[in-house]
Amino acid sequence: MNPFSVHGPRNLRGVIWMAVAVVVVAGGLAMASLLPEGSPFHASAFVVSLAGKYLAYAMLALSVDLVWGFAGILTLGHAAFFALGGYAMGMYLMREIGARGVYGNASLPDFMIFLSWKSLPWYWWGSEHFAWAALLVVAVPGLLAGVFGWLAFRSRVSGVYLSIITQALTYALMLAFFQNGLGFGGNNGLTDFKDILGADLHAPLTRAVLLVVTGVLLAASLLAARFVVASRFGHLLVAVRDAENRTRFLGYRPDQVKLLVWVFSAMVAGLGGALYVTQVGIINPGEFAPANSIESVIWVAVGGRGTLCGAVLGAILVNLGKTLFTAWLPEFWLYGLGFLFIGTTLFLPQGIMGLLRHVRKPPAEEVTPEVSDTQGGEA
Amino acid sequence: MRSACLVVALWLGAVLLPGACAYADAFSGLGSARPDEMLGAISTLAVSGDPQAGTVLRALGERHLFAAPDGGLYIRQGETCVDARTGQPVATVPDGLKPVRLNNRIRTALAGAQASMALLAPQAETRLKAADALYARHDPAMVPTLEHALSVEKDAAVRTRLMQARAATILAQPAQQDTQDQRLEAVRSLAAVGGLEARGILAGVAQSDAEAPQVRHAAQAAVSSMDWHLRAWSVAQNAFYGLSYGSVLLLAATGLAITFGVMGVINMAHGEMMMIGAYVTWMVQQAIRVSVPALEPVAILVAIPVAFVVCGGMGVLIERGLIRFLYGRPLETLLATWGLSLILQQAVRSIFGPTNIAVQTPAWLSGSVAVGGMDITLNRLAILVFAALVLGGLMLVLRRTPLGLQMRAVTQNRRMAALMGIRTPRVDALAFGLGAGLAGLAGVAVSQIDNVSPNLGQSYIIDSFMVVVFGGVGNLWGTLAAAMALGMGGKVLEPAIGAVSAKIAILVLVILYIQRHPRGMFPVRGRGVES
Repeated sequence: MNPFSVHGPRNLRGVIWMAVAVVVVAGGLAMASLLPEGSPFHASAFVVSLAGKYLAYAMLALSVDLVWGFAGILTLGHAAFFALGGYAMGMYLMREIGARGVYGNASLPDFMIFLSWKSLPWYWWGSEHFAWAALLVVAVPGLLAGVFGWLAFRSRVSGVYLSIITQALTYALMLAFFQNGLGFGGNNGLTDFKDILGADLHAPLTRAVLLVVTGVLLAASLLAARFVVASRFGHLLVAVRDAENRTRFLGYRPDQVKLLVWVFSAMVAGLGGALYVTQVGIINPGEFAPANSIESVIWVAVGGRGTLCGAVLGAILVNLGKTLFTAWLPEFWLYGLGFLFIGTTLFLPQGIMGLLRHVRKPPAEEVTPEVSDTQGGEA
Repeated sequence: MRSACLVVALWLGAVLLPGACAYADAFSGLGSARPDEMLGAISTLAVSGDPQAGTVLRALGERHLFAAPDGGLYIRQGETCVDARTGQPVATVPDGLKPVRLNNRIRTALAGAQASMALLAPQAETRLKAADALYARHDPAMVPTLEHALSVEKDAAVRTRLMQARAATILAQPAQQDTQDQRLEAVRSLAAVGGLEARGILAGVAQSDAEAPQVRHAAQAAVSSMDWHLRAWSVAQNAFYGLSYGSVLLLAATGLAITFGVMGVINMAHGEMMMIGAYVTWMVQQAIRVSVPALEPVAILVAIPVAFVVCGGMGVLIERGLIRFLYGRPLETLLATWGLSLILQQAVRSIFGPTNIAVQTPAWLSGSVAVGGMDITLNRLAILVFAALVLGGLMLVLRRTPLGLQMRAVTQNRRMAALMGIRTPRVDALAFGLGAGLAGLAGVAVSQIDNVSPNLGQSYIIDSFMVVVFGGVGNLWGTLAAAMALGMGGKVLEPAIGAVSAKIAILVLVILYIQRHPRGMFPVRGRGVES
């Protein structure tokens, strides 16, 4: 019934290779961007911010793979956690602008003055400190995921129902963040950032450092995720995925297992969002759009669900494809994305990683013990 | 009246004694430099019954009336001049024309004169309109005119309106001791009319210190009862909007609920099926306009079966070509149908362009009827009826046909149904086709109230999902209850917290509700249902 191994990603070496590759590529690009402009190896600011964006998306994909690949929860709302992390970082970057905004007010961001607000709302307190913002980046998505997951998993909402309500969650957040009154810049979101920790965000060196930091954090998340899924807890996770009732009857608490990985995954997504904002320079409610969440699922599917490396690979490849496609044939990108969804689910259920494994080893060895549950249909 | 008689006599005299003065008729005062004479002339003209009177007064108001030094009056129409008295064009424009001046006093008198002329017009419609205008103006100076009009009016509707106009006018005058009874009667008359206008006048009376106590109390009572009525009607109006939105949601969600119930898959391309239904409506309208223009008003009725067949056929194709390969993997199906929805959106965008297309609303579906204090728009009412008919038809299909029986069997226990000889793949294909066809019907309905663009499906899909998970699957009553609850809930909350916040609140409430009832309001119970 289930095409995935019960042991999670078998090859620790693969994950390490992927982590190293991510750091090396990020580092290489960062160095190339510091070369003088005439040099043949010079990487432009556009390429650097694009690479940073891909790596941030890869973190989102990694977090989706954690819950979809290993806990069997198809989330259609993970971009909400990504965007919340982004907004938390955006608040700090907004405050860093200080008096250099259009209205020159040191304590209020421009859009609040535009709404003729007199003081910061309470949830902006402390946002001028980087440490507090960094805490919020993981704490806010983690908290939301905790509350949502506790309610959902405790009452055994699962399968398609869970997918739909995660989508409703991100949709509701999108509508809320579009409201000016919420205090996050409404339609325009947060943008026009100048500095991070006193360093000019537009300077090549800052951008290079940010890219390296993103690469390192992605690699660290990859290793952490691998550690989680390879641990005893990870085995339990896979057991819950493949036979939730059986695991429950053995005396485990599937709801707690799911909740833990769900919260961890939301935190990784939030971190990805924060890194995204520093390099892309804007965060707006469009990031909450349900379509974004579904797209991040397809990255994972393309790369290979339940493999961790595949999620990173898929996110980078699909986004690279999107960039190229929208530059050459803008009107055909949606066709391409649509066929990618259909083709992957129909012909490549294990994604690129499955294909690679298939090539390396004869398919006969791939047969894993069939674990099926009374809940026949739930994949 | 007396002066009118006098002027008429003078006019007769002028006719009988030609040459006494070049122009000694009712018109001549208009050219006078003295405001008093002008005022007299205006009121005389108004009751003269002269066929030119209306034209001349209108020209005066628009400053197109000119006076010649010899007393002649001319109306300038662009480059040409017309003799005001005869309405005949004049060949040579006389020298020394001066525009007839207006001041505020004259303007007021002019408006009154025009109103009283309209009040005496031969057509009842014109009179009614004039009475409406006077009701809105409630100018104290018009009381005599109104009384005169009342004394000669025969038409009942116009009479009522005139009495109301008189009541409003009387109340607009400052209160005096001796007019108490009259004012009390006017308050009662206005209270019977209702409406914001009457409320405004009565509220003024209720607060006025100059008013006699019983008049004031009557006005206060009238105002509070009117307020209660207005509130009740606005609640009723919101309930109607809620029902209307609920019926749209019902149309959109039934198809989704059926495919989810029978096959356990969520069709993310369901919204695009609605969108295609709306585009089919447009194409049918265009085709009928070109081929049989006489049938254009009923094109929408023709579009209903066409949209059902087109979308249903596409649904069967999708099931046979895509969904069946993903059997048993509902989450992958969700992704694949999402991909399909992207392709369909882009295809429609490529063929028909990204902008809205104009789907016609036939005349018999446009406009609205006022029921008491609420406005029932005909297209929304039609959608309400249509949704009820579709639901009824679907009930019949599910309860009374072999296909319905098989679909219910597969919904309850797929394996058992297969063992009993039901060809489940065929049921799947037909159920999916039925669901898509229903989406097509929803598209026809939505094309009448919403913009039709390639993004149409996206705006309904999340609400439809909410209806399905809220109502539970395999039970049309659940879908009905959920659709109406969500539709009404949104519209009831809307006036209090705003449209977007209402939507957010509804989403959050549904999310919380699902935690308590993970299988919706009406879950399928029984042995076959998986945990």
